[in-house]
Amino acid sequence: MSDHRPTGIKRWLYTTNHKDIGTMYLWFSFIMFLTGGAMAMVIRAELYQPGLQFVEPGFFNQMTTMHGLIMVFGAVMPSMVGLANWLIPMQIGAPDMALPRMNNWSFWILPFAFTLLLSSLFMEGGAPNFGWTFYAPLSTTYAPPSTDFFILGVHMMGISSIMGAINVIVTIFNMRAPGMTLMKMPLFVWTWLITAFLLIMVMPVLAGVVTMMLTDRHFGTAFFDAAGGGDPVMFQHIFWFFGHPEVYIMVLPAFGVVSEIIPAFSRKKLFGYSSMVYATASIALLSFIVWAHHMFAVGMPVAGELFFMIATMLIAVPTGVKVFNWIATMWQGSLTFETPMLFSIAFVILFTIGGFSGVMLAMAPVDFQYHDTYFVVAHFHYVLFPGAIFGTTAAVYYWFPKWTGKMYNETIGKWHFWLSMVFVNLTFFPMHFSGLAGMPRRIPDYNMMFADYNMWASIGAFGLGLTQVFFFVTIIMAIRNGKKADEKQWDGATGLEWDAMPTPAPYHSFSTPPKVD
Amino acid sequence: MTEQAQENKKLIRRLIGIVGGMFLFAFALVPLYNVFCDITGINGKTRGQALYQNVDIDKSRVVTVEFLTNINRGMPWKFESRLRSIDVHPGELNEVIFYAKNTSKFDIVGQSVPSVSPGKAALYLNKTECFCFDQQTLLAGEEIEMPMKFFIDADIPEDITRLTLSYQLFNITDSVYAESVGTK
Repeated sequence: MSDHRPTGIKRWLYTTNHKDIGTMYLWFSFIMFLTGGAMAMVIRAELYQPGLQFVEPGFFNQMTTMHGLIMVFGAVMPSMVGLANWLIPMQIGAPDMALPRMNNWSFWILPFAFTLLLSSLFMEGGAPNFGWTFYAPLSTTYAPPSTDFFILGVHMMGISSIMGAINVIVTIFNMRAPGMTLMKMPLFVWTWLITAFLLIMVMPVLAGVVTMMLTDRHFGTAFFDAAGGGDPVMFQHIFWFFGHPEVYIMVLPAFGVVSEIIPAFSRKKLFGYSSMVYATASIALLSFIVWAHHMFAVGMPVAGELFFMIATMLIAVPTGVKVFNWIATMWQGSLTFETPMLFSIAFVILFTIGGFSGVMLAMAPVDFQYHDTYFVVAHFHYVLFPGAIFGTTAAVYYWFPKWTGKMYNETIGKWHFWLSMVFVNLTFFPMHFSGLAGMPRRIPDYNMMFADYNMWASIGAFGLGLTQVFFFVTIIMAIRNGKKADEKQWDGATGLEWDAMPTPAPYHSFSTPPKVD
Repeated sequence: MTEQAQENKKLIRRLIGIVGGMFLFAFALVPLYNVFCDITGINGKTRGQALYQNVDIDKSRVVTVEFLTNINRGMPWKFESRLRSIDVHPGELNEVIFYAKNTSKFDIVGQSVPSVSPGKAALYLNKTECFCFDQQTLLAGEEIEMPMKFFIDADIPEDITRLTLSYQLFNITDSVYAESVGTK
């Protein structure tokens, strides 16, 4: 079969191929990951010692803001969309995504969106400096002029994500191979289907809230301005109505990834497939009624605090189901510990630690102490770095042989894992302690009593940053002159992409639908 | 294949419907939020003008009401309460005088926005007369004494023995001027 495609830059600009677009998404997210990571290095360098050493407090605030925005919208979300593009058609037996042109468009919006956002760093008044949560009135009355670039950038990212999500839903609903019923779909497809629904439900709310900011700033409305009858606390309600489902958007696809990898290297079927599906769906549903646990300290009535506290704790139940299912899958399996498996096991352990600190934060009475401290920073970095990012990393190592037909260097992969594992804990574990002792977030200077914790965290962060170079090197080496991968690299792997497709995966996935039994 | 394309179209239309609906929902949250706060009295928002009729006075209880005044950015007025706090019996009608002075060289329109803490006490604070119901226009250098009459509902929960009524004063000259130009 001949593949008609333009060559050179035109191949990438005009492509409607799900694999090309997936590749671009993944590389884009990796570039953003390094960009946001560089900002984290600035933050950790400044926090290495108490006092002000390297940057002005104003610039420090820009760094924390941009680091958060870029990691959330530029690194984690596009990496998940990249995996979806690569894997969903292969896993459900489809020739491509359902809407290939829209797919191209939704990717190519992103570089422009992030150019807008990053250009604000070079503007007069500096980049946005109000934290990635952009609370009003910091982001309206007191914000730098570049905030409008941020607003436009968020609009564009939102459009891109919504189009990506629509594409995923249409593909999964209408393009499955005959016989591939919903309850036969691989879990990665399931988690992405649920994620896509979350995306189309909450990204428009994000678009709404930044639109309100824009009209408050320039067109005389007063959504968040008490002088005109508005309410700044309302900003937090609307933002977190988006913001809480957003955290599941970032991590659910990673749940799907490890639910594929752990059975493969345990050489067992996934334990409790249907309970995994239902648990994911209930996590997604619950995520809509827990938003105010991010704002226990605004002065809610006790009844409200109790409601959001209990609803939040309920999420621990389906999450616990998933964790126990992963463990039960490994139980009495014939385990081997290749790089993807190592990342997946670390995911289960470290994500659970992040889950536990989440339950602590969910308790309204104690949250008053933890609120806006490094404990919160420790919590969400534990669920995002070893959660979302280890998940993506595991996925790349696991499917790389399938995608390219080449094998990465297992030794360097394992180095990448073990160094990441050590440094991720060295970076984020001490933050629990400094947070419990009262160190506030987003402040460039701190009390002497936090000096040791911060020094460890900074050393860990520099190590963690450098370690990601191993990832880059492994991937480049494997692409350039990796050994030829076996037809089925992992003997425990299951699914259409392994069983019904040659290695490397052909440019067009399934021209004729595969047989599903 | 065309059948598939048609099905895709149908599904896309529905999904775009959800997207549009959720975008509108974000804006609908604004009035919903206000209605919710009005009904429950959370967020410390007081209600509009109340009537003082057939109110029972509970002499056995005393509630301390404290007054706070704040000036928003860009508001060159002096603004204070003549009383820092007052002890009242629930049901009793009280009057407190607030004082404001325009210390600038311009005529300015001010609007004060009340807020009650703890939030749930807002439902039980009834105002029969308040400067916050209207805008105040003070000419350059002008000063004014503004009365505020209120009573505490006798149903106020036992555990509230002290509440704070705070007023934030905003400069709304620009928006008032813009409106008057717009209506001409």
